[in-house]
Amino acid sequence: MLTKTLAGAGTDRGPGGPGGGRSRRMPAGLVTPLRGLAGLTGLVVLLEVLPHTPLVSADYLPPASKTAEALWQLLAEDAFWTALGDTLTGWGLGLAVAVVAGVVAGIVIGSVPLLRAVTASTIEFLRPIPSVALIPVAVLLYGTELRSKLLLVVYAAFWQVLVQVLAGMQDVDPVADDTARSYRLGTWGRVRYVMWPTALPYVMTGVRLAATVALVLTITAELVIGAPGLGNQIAVAQTSGAVPRVYALVLVTGVLGVTINLMARAVERRALHWHQSIRREG
Amino acid sequence: MTRTTSTVLTLVRRALLALGLPAVLFAVWWFATAGSTDFYVPPLSTVLGKFGEVWTGERLLSDVVPSLVRLSAGYLLAVVAGVGLGLVVGTSRVVRDVLEPVLELFRAIPPPVLVPVIMLFAGIGDTMKVIVIVSGCIWPILLNTVEGVRAVDEVLSDTCRSYGITGPSRLWHLTLRSASPQIVTGMRQALSIAIILMVISEMFAASNGLGFTIVQFQRSFAIAEMWSGVLLLGLLGFALSLLFRFAENRVLAWYHGLRRAQRNP
Repeated sequence: MLTKTLAGAGTDRGPGGPGGGRSRRMPAGLVTPLRGLAGLTGLVVLLEVLPHTPLVSADYLPPASKTAEALWQLLAEDAFWTALGDTLTGWGLGLAVAVVAGVVAGIVIGSVPLLRAVTASTIEFLRPIPSVALIPVAVLLYGTELRSKLLLVVYAAFWQVLVQVLAGMQDVDPVADDTARSYRLGTWGRVRYVMWPTALPYVMTGVRLAATVALVLTITAELVIGAPGLGNQIAVAQTSGAVPRVYALVLVTGVLGVTINLMARAVERRALHWHQSIRREG
Repeated sequence: MTRTTSTVLTLVRRALLALGLPAVLFAVWWFATAGSTDFYVPPLSTVLGKFGEVWTGERLLSDVVPSLVRLSAGYLLAVVAGVGLGLVVGTSRVVRDVLEPVLELFRAIPPPVLVPVIMLFAGIGDTMKVIVIVSGCIWPILLNTVEGVRAVDEVLSDTCRSYGITGPSRLWHLTLRSASPQIVTGMRQALSIAIILMVISEMFAASNGLGFTIVQFQRSFAIAEMWSGVLLLGLLGFALSLLFRFAENRVLAWYHGLRRAQRNP
C-alpha cells in the first residue's frame, strides 16, 4: 500500500489530477515524503511526552527514549539475532512451501474445468477455517519444533496463493486461448505461453498477501506455542516485566512487516515490469 | 417435459459436483480413523459424538457465546472507528500524507503481538480482548477507506458540487457510497484477523471462551474434545464468511451489477 500510494502521488498530479492546479513552493515530489517524516517524528514525540503526563503510566507505556535504549541493548544481544533468524526461517520456509504448493495446485486445478468444478466447494469450505484452530493440533503433534510453526504458516498462506492462481487462470482471454489452440500449442504450451502470463499478476498478488499472512502466523506460533523466535522473546519479556523490551520487540516486528511489504512490492514490480498496471505507474 | 428433466439433471449435476468431493473426503476421514488406536487421532465417530456432548450443553452459554460477543463487539467497534477515521484522513491530502507512514507501520505490526502489550494496560478481562480485536482489525478497514475516499470519481465529485450537495448528504451519498467497495474489502480482511485475535487472546489469558477451552482440552489430553473444538472453530470461520458474503451481495449489489455491465457492454 505504502509504495503504491507514494508512487501514485507523483503521477496523480498530472493535469486535472487532484491538486494539479495549485501552486506549491516546494518541488511536488518532496512534499509527501517530508510530511510523512513529520508524521513519524510526531509519533515519536507523542510517545516520549505521553508517559510524563498523568494520562498514561510510564509503567505501561515507557517513553520513546527508554524503548530506544532497550532496542539498542537488544541489537547487541546474540539471543536477539538468533530469534530473528528463527522467525525468518519459519517465515521463509513456510512461505516457499505454500507458494510452490499453491501455484502447482492452482495450475493443475485451474486448467482442468472438471477438476475446478469438483474442488470449488471444498476450497470454499477449507479456506476460511482460521489456521489458529490448528494450534492445539500442532502442539500435540510437533510441540515447539519448527514443524509446528510450518503447519500453521503453510495452512494460512497456501489458500491465499491458491485462490489467486485460480482467479488468474479463469481470467485467460478466450481469444488468446483459441488462437493458441489453432496454432496447435499443446497443453504445456498453453500453460506456459497463455495461462501463466495471464495468471502471473494474480500470482504475485497472492504471494504478497501470503508473505504478510505468513509473518503473522510465524509470530503467532512463537507467541502462543512457545516455538523459538521473536514472538517467544516478546512473551518472555512480558512475563518478566521488561516493558521497554516488549515495546522494542514489537517495533522490530513492525519494521519487519514493513520491510516484507516493500520487498514483496519490489519483487512484484520486477516480475511484472512488462505488465500494463506497472508500466502505467512507472 | 424435456425442459424440466434437463433442469433437474443440471441440478443433480451441480449437487454432485458441489457435494461429491466433500462426501469422499468425509468418508475417507471416517473410515481411515474408524479403528484408530492412535491416541492423537481418535475415530471421527468419537469426535462427532463428543461434538454434540461438549458444545451443546452448558458450554454453549459459558464459552461459545462470550467468545462471539467479544468478537462482534471488537469487530463492530473497529468498523465504526476505521471508517470514521478513514473518512477524515482520506478527505484531506495533508492529513493523509502526514499519517500514511505511521498507519502503515501500525498495520505491518503482526496483530497477535499486541496481546501482551494490551494486557499491560487492560489486564486479562473482556476489555483486553475487545481492545485487542479492535486494534488488530482497524488497520485494514482504515487504510482501505482512505484509498476508497481518495479514488472518488472526479466527475461525480464535481457534479455534487455543482448541485450544491454538501455536508452530511455529500458524505453519505457520494463519499461513503463510492468508497464502499474498498471498505468492504477492508472489512473482509479484518474479519479473518478478528477471528484469529479472538482465539489467540483467549489462548493467552482467559478464564472462558473457545480458545481457552480448546487449549484446556489439549493440555489435559482430552483429545477427542480438542478435535471437536477445532471442528467448531472451522465451522465458525466458514459460517462467518458465508454471512459476510451474503451481506456483501446485498450491500454491494449495485456495484457488482455495474461491474458486470462494464465488462460485457
